[in-house]
Amino acid sequence: MRSPPSIRPPAGSSRRRAAWLLPIAGAVGAVAALALTGCGVDDNVAPPTVAGGDATRGRLLLARYQCGACHQIPGVDAAQGSTGPALAGFGRRSYIAGFLPNYPDAMVRWIVDPPKLKPGTAMPAMGVSARDAGDMAAYLYTIK
Amino acid sequence: MTPAAMLSMPDPVHQSALDPAGPDAAGIAQLGWIMAGGATLIFVGVMVACALSLRRGRPVRPMRWIVGAGVLLPLVVLTALLAFGVGTSAQLSQPSSRQAIRIAVVARMWWWEVRYTDAAGGDDIVLANEIRIPVGQPVYLGLSSGDVIHSFWVPALAGKVDTVPGRLHGMTLRADRAGVYRAQCAEFCGQQHARMALHVVAQPPAQFQAWLAAQRQPALAAVGDDSAGNDSAGNDSAGNDSAGAGAIAQGRRAFVEQRCASCHTIRGIGTAAPAGTGPDLTHIGSRLYLGAGTLRNRPGALAAWIADPHGAKPGVRMPAGADMDGATLRALAAYLEQLK
Repeated sequence: MRSPPSIRPPAGSSRRRAAWLLPIAGAVGAVAALALTGCGVDDNVAPPTVAGGDATRGRLLLARYQCGACHQIPGVDAAQGSTGPALAGFGRRSYIAGFLPNYPDAMVRWIVDPPKLKPGTAMPAMGVSARDAGDMAAYLYTIK
Repeated sequence: MTPAAMLSMPDPVHQSALDPAGPDAAGIAQLGWIMAGGATLIFVGVMVACALSLRRGRPVRPMRWIVGAGVLLPLVVLTALLAFGVGTSAQLSQPSSRQAIRIAVVARMWWWEVRYTDAAGGDDIVLANEIRIPVGQPVYLGLSSGDVIHSFWVPALAGKVDTVPGRLHGMTLRADRAGVYRAQCAEFCGQQHARMALHVVAQPPAQFQAWLAAQRQPALAAVGDDSAGNDSAGNDSAGNDSAGAGAIAQGRRAFVEQRCASCHTIRGIGTAAPAGTGPDLTHIGSRLYLGAGTLRNRPGALAAWIADPHGAKPGVRMPAGADMDGATLRALAAYLEQLK
């Protein structure tokens, strides 16, 4: 049906003919912008912090204690082991060793003496001091 | 042992031919520096002559340059270099099995079997992947191979000597400084040629003799007999594991039950494995590295190696031992770690 003459744009004016696109584009853009504000929300969640833990030192300690002989750990030298679970994304993990809630003090206790917390585990106690364990935990919590 | 002590590195590990610690390496390094320096001088001289020749300038007499710089100069320089090189080579240690300490080194894929001749005439003292020598005293190495051609090279102490199957090559080794020197295989020998290292530890003579005497002993016998009235698993009457003795006894049982003994010998435990199948483990706890230099022998490294050696050294001939439950694996590792 042809639109009535009063609202028809003058013949030959392509800009006016396409003017009806503008509000539609604006609406789509507004919806997309609103939707995109949902992105990046997780990045604002702070990882658990270990009081007095030095993540840089922790990364070096993980290499020195050869944790990578059993675990794949992003960012640590020679960490390609497949005996234990990979530690990628550890900062977002909910449980340690499948049963311990992932809080810093539990993490330190686990690293210092795993068989005490889980008697059947294959992960041995490696003589890590509480301070070294705190540094290691601080680094592991930075792994997203 | 305090955590700090457990974390301490060995003496820095030396592996540079440019930092010699023995007379042979010193001679080789000197020859190398002289050749490098002389070659640099000649190169710079040629480049300068080239630059000058590209300028328009005074004429030259070509025959002088061709005969002088092209024939006479090389004649003089290379003759001098030859004389010096031959003289240096003549000063390298002559292999002589008349040394007081004689060590047989059998290279295998991809580890080193080390056998000390017992001065008292007893059985050879067998270990693997580590040689300890007294500082300042020459030792004789009898090098052979069990399968393919390997090459024994400890850069800080001496040059390379190939180990050829069917032949015995002698070598005299002397370290003038105490320290840990890393050696490695220098002839491509298969998948893990790159992870076939050996550590030469030079110690003061008294420490060396004490170490050798300890290596001569078999592994401590029956763990689990406890004079404190505990049962054979080391548990007291309340069932508590005292001092981990129960775990160590469990680990020793696991060593036999898991058939580790079919390839690895621990003197004092059961029958010996066929010679050369796998490294001798009688004193594995006091060895610096595992897997021919692959993992530093710290707490936890043995458990990692036993569970999956292929994670650290793909293609190694040891099967993974991951069909043990976690507690047995830890017990086996604890047992081996205390075999000092």
